[in-house]
Amino acid sequence: MSEILKHIGVLVGGLGVTVELSLLGFVGAAVLGIALTIMRVSPVTPLRAFGTLYVEVFRNIPLLVFLFLFVFGLPDAGISFPLFTSEAICLAMYFAAFACEAMRGGINAVPVGQAEAARALGMTFTQSLRLIILPQAFRTMVQPLANVLIGIVLGSSLGAAVGVSELTGRVQILELQYDEPLPTVGLAALGYVVITLTIALVAGRVQKRMAVRR
Amino acid sequence: MSGVNRVLFDAPGPRARRRIAVASVVSVLVMAGVVVLGLVQFGRNGQLVAAKWTYFTQAPILRFLLSGIGTTGEVAAVCAVLALPLGAVLALGRMSDSRVLTAVCVVFIEFFRSVPLLMVIYIFLLAVPKSGYTFPVFWQLVIPIVLCSGAVLAEVFRAGVMALDSGQSEAAYALGMKRRQVMWIVVFPQAIRLVVPTLVSQLVSLLKDSTLGYAVSVAELLNQAKDLSSYTHYFIQSYTVVAVVYILVNAAISQFAHALERRARRKPRAGGVVPDPDGTRPATELDSETLRVA
Repeated sequence: MSEILKHIGVLVGGLGVTVELSLLGFVGAAVLGIALTIMRVSPVTPLRAFGTLYVEVFRNIPLLVFLFLFVFGLPDAGISFPLFTSEAICLAMYFAAFACEAMRGGINAVPVGQAEAARALGMTFTQSLRLIILPQAFRTMVQPLANVLIGIVLGSSLGAAVGVSELTGRVQILELQYDEPLPTVGLAALGYVVITLTIALVAGRVQKRMAVRR
Repeated sequence: MSGVNRVLFDAPGPRARRRIAVASVVSVLVMAGVVVLGLVQFGRNGQLVAAKWTYFTQAPILRFLLSGIGTTGEVAAVCAVLALPLGAVLALGRMSDSRVLTAVCVVFIEFFRSVPLLMVIYIFLLAVPKSGYTFPVFWQLVIPIVLCSGAVLAEVFRAGVMALDSGQSEAAYALGMKRRQVMWIVVFPQAIRLVVPTLVSQLVSLLKDSTLGYAVSVAELLNQAKDLSSYTHYFIQSYTVVAVVYILVNAAISQFAHALERRARRKPRAGGVVPDPDGTRPATELDSETLRVA
């Protein structure tokens, strides 16, 4: 019993690392994603091409391959970061592609007539963006962005593969050390379920609040 | 959408065109600068030496990597064959009349959708053997992938059923069909057709998931690269080579899924999603991109 109590401390610590990684990753992915979205909807062809290339590459490379390349490969080229930072950067760079797709999907879902009407009323570009397009675009972005966040939480588990001791990594260590797999696994799984269900719940609430009542 | 986004901009006039031209030149210069800096950094650390890259064109090395590709394909294929029926069964169970069956399926689906695949693999690698039975390594990788992606596919099928025009089931009920007949004969077959593009793009997820084979030492592509790099110490080169392979294969699959999606949108079949003349259909759960990300 005391063993299990000791595990709880270790696991809660791991959960903390997972949450920290996920939040850092999500903020980074959101910022990068906004930049990529701007590139992909801009009229400047080279920027659009770069945005498309970035998204295609990162949507199609497995996260673990990118993580290995970043953590084991780049130090050979003289570029290295602490493990935790490396994983946060990887998560941000990888999921920025998915965040970009979510945001772009939201903008593209706004009917063209809305922007045309805004221009016809004499609104400037920033006005039409701030008052007409983005509020409507954000509505359809909530769910996809929540999916990105859930993806980041689950993706952060790959830290266990490169030596970041987050929740999954600690489960592995505890399973190897002690002979009580069930409580460890059960508690860790509960942690993940609580996080993802909370995200889904909050996203549902936000979406409901933003829904148009007609 | 390949052209300039029509939502945000009018057709540019002469002054805007000039500004766009300047921005194009500047951005090309900046990108070229970053690439050159990167190459200089790599070159300074001796990562551009030809021998380190031509190493991967030698026949034995190619054969070694190709065997990895074969195993990766095998894992993905077996997972697809097993996860598809599992997903269909779970979806049908979740939508069934029986409360108990629905509850069981909901718990199963939500659990495996919210737990990371790697942890499920550790369960089969470390916890299950303590109960006295150890699966062969291939199955220690395949079973967790099937469980996790089966849960995701169940939601894909369910989204397809939801997206189907309700007139279809209403008509079936009007013909006197029972609930089960409506689902099996009318709704589900059409729902499957609706989600085919999404199912194809889920193959990309399976291929990505198969990289976790490193944890149980299945000799798939990433694992081969890992072995190769620990032998040669060409870390950057090995991982770059396999990354390119994954990107090309997955991009091809995604393109195929997109083509299917476009075709389905052009020729809507009975009960399909209403076609949108502008092509600005709002992102629904059915869109392969928004459904699941990792």
